[in-house]
Amino acid sequence: MGVANELTGRIGERYNNIEYYFHLKKTNESLAKENEVLLNRLKENFDAPDSTARIVTDSVRLDTLENFRKFLYRSARIINNSLSLQNNYITIHRGEKQGVTRDMGVVSANGFVGTVVNTSENFAVVMSLFNRQSNVSARLKKTGEIGKVQWDGESVDYITMVNVPKSVQVAKGDTIVTSGYSLTFPYGIPIGIVLSIIDDKSSNFYTLKIKPTTNFFNVQYVNVIENLQKNEQKTLEEASRKNQ
Amino acid sequence: MSRPIKNIIRFALFILVQVFVLFQMNPLHQFIVPYIYFLYILWLPFNMPRIGLTFMGFLFGLTLDYFTKTPGLHATPCTLIAYLRPFLINILIRQEGADQNYKSPSITSMGWAPYATYIIIFTLIHNGYLVFLEWLEFGNIWFFFGKVLATTGITLLLILITELLFFRKEKFRTNTA
Repeated sequence: MGVANELTGRIGERYNNIEYYFHLKKTNESLAKENEVLLNRLKENFDAPDSTARIVTDSVRLDTLENFRKFLYRSARIINNSLSLQNNYITIHRGEKQGVTRDMGVVSANGFVGTVVNTSENFAVVMSLFNRQSNVSARLKKTGEIGKVQWDGESVDYITMVNVPKSVQVAKGDTIVTSGYSLTFPYGIPIGIVLSIIDDKSSNFYTLKIKPTTNFFNVQYVNVIENLQKNEQKTLEEASRKNQ
Repeated sequence: MSRPIKNIIRFALFILVQVFVLFQMNPLHQFIVPYIYFLYILWLPFNMPRIGLTFMGFLFGLTLDYFTKTPGLHATPCTLIAYLRPFLINILIRQEGADQNYKSPSITSMGWAPYATYIIIFTLIHNGYLVFLEWLEFGNIWFFFGKVLATTGITLLLILITELLFFRKEKFRTNTA
């Protein structure tokens, strides 16, 4: 699979070099929007009156060993993306040599994209949200309830979120974000917006139809997220499971 | 152009068209997936030995699988239709010796009706087996029937267009010349 990845990756790259130009405008727009969001988060925008006396954290503490950093982002370009199959995958032009390994998270400027499932030297294959095997731990941003986001394979217009208890006050237009419970994604990456709520009378759970915030039809650049504290957490969790 | 070179170019073209044109189109519906790549196997010459034909089918399907990252999903139905092809050709051939007088299956070499039957049967087998494999992984019985019918419909339409656009002239070969 590794060698084949390299080969199909190279061909996909050629194809993408042409396709790339047709999406330039959209890519530019989404980058500009992302910039706007990031600029708004700058410390300079928040100014407290002089009279208050409080301790302001100047910046995140960052020593040379980077002990406190948990997530590291690396940008990558999408070179192949299909939506017409039941199990859809995305190929990105960044592989083992450039620091991508299995089970890393992938996000775009607008939100969730998928998880890395296979890598070769220079390419990596990402399982996208539109894959029948994809299963993402998510939560409602407003109230914090946990659920699972899946795709039922029916249409590329929406994905579904299951296991949402009926006690939750959920409305159309609510945001669904990553739960932070998985080892791959930090908390709060937007996954989608609630399109409609399906009230199944025979169960205690809602099924939500969600429109993904990432536009999978024109996404060109993504970021691969590495969890630097993953091994520690994983070892601890596995060890406690064995002790039982 | 000699026949092996023609077939090698066809191999690449069918894969590229399937991956970068047909799979890139936004899906109309869950059930409608346009497939045309396996027409390559149906166009291979008459005189290929069964072992070679079956192996060719497997190799062809596997190549597509590496593009879609689903090892085996397309290789299996391709191997099946490549294996079954000689049986059906023996039944459908119009007159004695047509498979020696012409090089490969086409409208001219087999005639309209037998060739259409040949295409329809193998499209059904290919799509049926492929969707069956998908159905084992997920979906219900309506997914199976709906997808086989819808996909076969769109595939037959595509094959018809291809046959009309790229009409293959077959030379009548005799050993007297």
